[in-house]
Amino acid sequence: MEELALHVLDLIQNSLEAGARHLVLTVVEDRAQGVLTVQLLDDGRGMEAATQQRVFDPFFTSRTTRRVGLGLPLLRATAEATGGLAELASRPGEGTRVQVVVYTRHIDCPPLGDLALTVAVSVAANPQVEFCYTHTVDGRSMEFDTAELRSQLAEVPLSDPAVYQWMLAFLREELSKLYGGAKCNEIPSRS
Amino acid sequence: MKSLADLERVRLEAQERMRLRESGASSKLTVAMGTCGIAAGARDTLAALLDEIAKRRLAHVHVVQTGCVGLCEYEPLVEVTLAGQDKVTYTYVNAERARQIIARHVVNGQIIGEWVLARS
Ligand SMILES: Nc1ncnc2c1ncn2[C@@H]1O[C@H](COP(=O)(O)OP(=O)(O)OP(=O)(O)O)[C@@H](O)[C@H]1O
Ligand SMILES: [Mg+2]
Repeated sequence: MEELALHVLDLIQNSLEAGARHLVLTVVEDRAQGVLTVQLLDDGRGMEAATQQRVFDPFFTSRTTRRVGLGLPLLRATAEATGGLAELASRPGEGTRVQVVVYTRHIDCPPLGDLALTVAVSVAANPQVEFCYTHTVDGRSMEFDTAELRSQLAEVPLSDPAVYQWMLAFLREELSKLYGGAKCNEIPSRS
Repeated sequence: MKSLADLERVRLEAQERMRLRESGASSKLTVAMGTCGIAAGARDTLAALLDEIAKRRLAHVHVVQTGCVGLCEYEPLVEVTLAGQDKVTYTYVNAERARQIIARHVVNGQIIGEWVLARS
């Protein structure tokens, strides 16, 4: 994947396929240290310990459309190539947590990419899901919570295309503020 | 935060569109978003569909995502289901094709034969 934000989209799709109703995405970047962590929590069906051991193996998948599951192995390869890691913890019936650490100064670290777009399309295409996203850069944070939007929007659904445009503009603006004015899709990966 | 005032305007306009909207007939666009789809550019496809629908103020078109449908070599894939019609599956739907599919198929009812993989 060319962007970390595409791996995040892929994790979100895993959670949705597991029937998640609530997603909590937490991104923390420390530019002085060159460390970026991503955590995605879901309340989907989760999995047994025996399954958990195998999810990073490409020849394990619960899907029936294809014999390999590529998302998590690719994510781990990306993270480990920077000296970082990708881990998954899960409890059946409760949910799953995926945690990723990447070292952004490593030459093989992909750029963060358009995380605003990843989040906005995910909300618009899954308006029934509650999505809480916080992003912290060098100690300054922004929060995006569909529960708050939902109450402000009243009967207008989060899938409304004009709402999508607003969400995208809002997220891009907030992220560019966090990153000191750079455009969200032009965030330098190694500052 | 100035943007919340914008959101209120968005809400009022959306409410108005919902009020004006005739009957319940609606169309559905499904984008396949397994790892195969995402790697092939499905996020930009989904974004282009949503953006085009917003620009044209189409109130009756829903965009949803699904996982891998087993046709990985044809990604990005978009299924179009117009009210009361067969499902049409389009292949290699980049952002440009996505906008064309809205303009020609969803709005004008003309299936774009050369991009179609299957009808069912
Ligand atoms: N959030 C989650 N909740 C429950 N199960 C999960 C979750 N994420 C992954 N899994 C399980 O791990 C398997 C492997 O995931 P992975 O993303 O690597 O491949 P995939 O989703 O099956 O296919 P692909 O990502 O290639 O489209 C999944 O098939 C699923 O069984
Ligand atoms: Mg996956």
